Amino acid sequence: MFRVARLIAAKDLRVELRSRVVTNQVLPFAAIVMVMFAFALNSDAVVSRVAPGLVWLATLFSLLILVQRSFAIENADGATDALRAAGVDPSGIFLGKAMALAVQLAVLELVLLVSAVVLYSTELRVGGIVLLLVTFVAATVGLALVGTLYGGLAGGVRGRETLLPLLLLPVVAPVLIGATRATESALGTGGATVADGWPWVGLLAVFVALFSVGGTLAFGPLIEE
Amino acid sequence: MDPVVHLSNAVAVLGQFPVLAGVNLTVNRGEIVLLQGPNGAGKTSLLRLCAGLLPLARGEAVLLGCDLRTQREAVRSRVGLLGHANGLYADLTVGENVRFWGATVGASKPEVQAALQRMGLAQRLTDVAVSRLSAGQKRRTALACLIARRAELWLLDEPHAGLDAAARDELDATLRDAAAAGATIIVASHELERAGALATRVVEVVGGQIRTPYGEVA
Repeated sequence: MFRVARLIAAKDLRVELRSRVVTNQVLPFAAIVMVMFAFALNSDAVVSRVAPGLVWLATLFSLLILVQRSFAIENADGATDALRAAGVDPSGIFLGKAMALAVQLAVLELVLLVSAVVLYSTELRVGGIVLLLVTFVAATVGLALVGTLYGGLAGGVRGRETLLPLLLLPVVAPVLIGATRATESALGTGGATVADGWPWVGLLAVFVALFSVGGTLAFGPLIEE
Repeated sequence: MDPVVHLSNAVAVLGQFPVLAGVNLTVNRGEIVLLQGPNGAGKTSLLRLCAGLLPLARGEAVLLGCDLRTQREAVRSRVGLLGHANGLYADLTVGENVRFWGATVGASKPEVQAALQRMGLAQRLTDVAVSRLSAGQKRRTALACLIARRAELWLLDEPHAGLDAAARDELDATLRDAAAAGATIIVASHELERAGALATRVVEVVGGQIRTPYGEVA
């Protein structure tokens, strides 16, 4: 399973490096969303207060594009069918695609965090660095797992472009809430302390555990349908 | 005789609709069998059943010595299906595609190189992106992927579609070589003249069943 996962992840990342969709389309999209939020709120105090939520909202919007792209490269020339017909372990496909998605999300989130510091005058605290890092890792892995699972579910049906956001956004609400609260604690937004953030990291960890097990088991039957 | 495909009264259903209604067919190693018949006769469904993509509702199906009902994954890993799509990644090069599909079964570098060589892709085309290939070159790349995957049973759905005359000749030569090397090939095609000349046996599919040359259900 892990050999297949490494193979699929390497293939997906190589495809992205060649096509440069993340760098040429998704990153500018996410940056534009951040700028638009700043224009819409039009107040330094408000923007600074809600910056963590805006970072994660921009991440979620970008996740939708990344997931659709991840499955579009499989469906473009019938590779999904070819993978099934070749008997490639579906659990390996799931984990591999999630790993590739997590790497792309991590790059995106780094850019978004820097944008938040620059655009929203967000301050990073030394004391919150560990919490911030753990939050970003847990939320990234959680989003990648659930994005891959629902991308596989929507990938084989008609109207997948509109169906994916409808299915995915309600499910990732716990990640949005948990990651936002933990990021607020790490940054000290609104007087939150670092200690306030760890229970939210626990929520993210439960989410990751749930979707890593559930996704690994469910992905095979999902792409068979 | 070494039967690679043995279907006995095989029935497959899509939704409520029976797409294969009791197929009896035996194909031996090294044969090239042409499936002919009108649109909707069940040719593609028969290929997908043999590939393990369409569930067997009733009857018996033994492929490469494995029971399709209980050993589907074992069958899949030894069968190569090439449908209307090629299953290639357009942004990757020819070499990267063949390496990827070979790696799914743990193929070594020399095996991948041999697959590229056999398809005439090893010299100029290895480092060319699939998106820049002609239809014939893409078909050859897809066949190289089947070879790298060590597929023993090749299931080809309209393999000549979209190819020019030279590419069709190349494809036929490739399939004859593969059969001579021990692969068993089942081709579904409407191009009876060309595919018929290639095949060692022609089988007629009508209404989800195999017909004998005398029009009876096999």
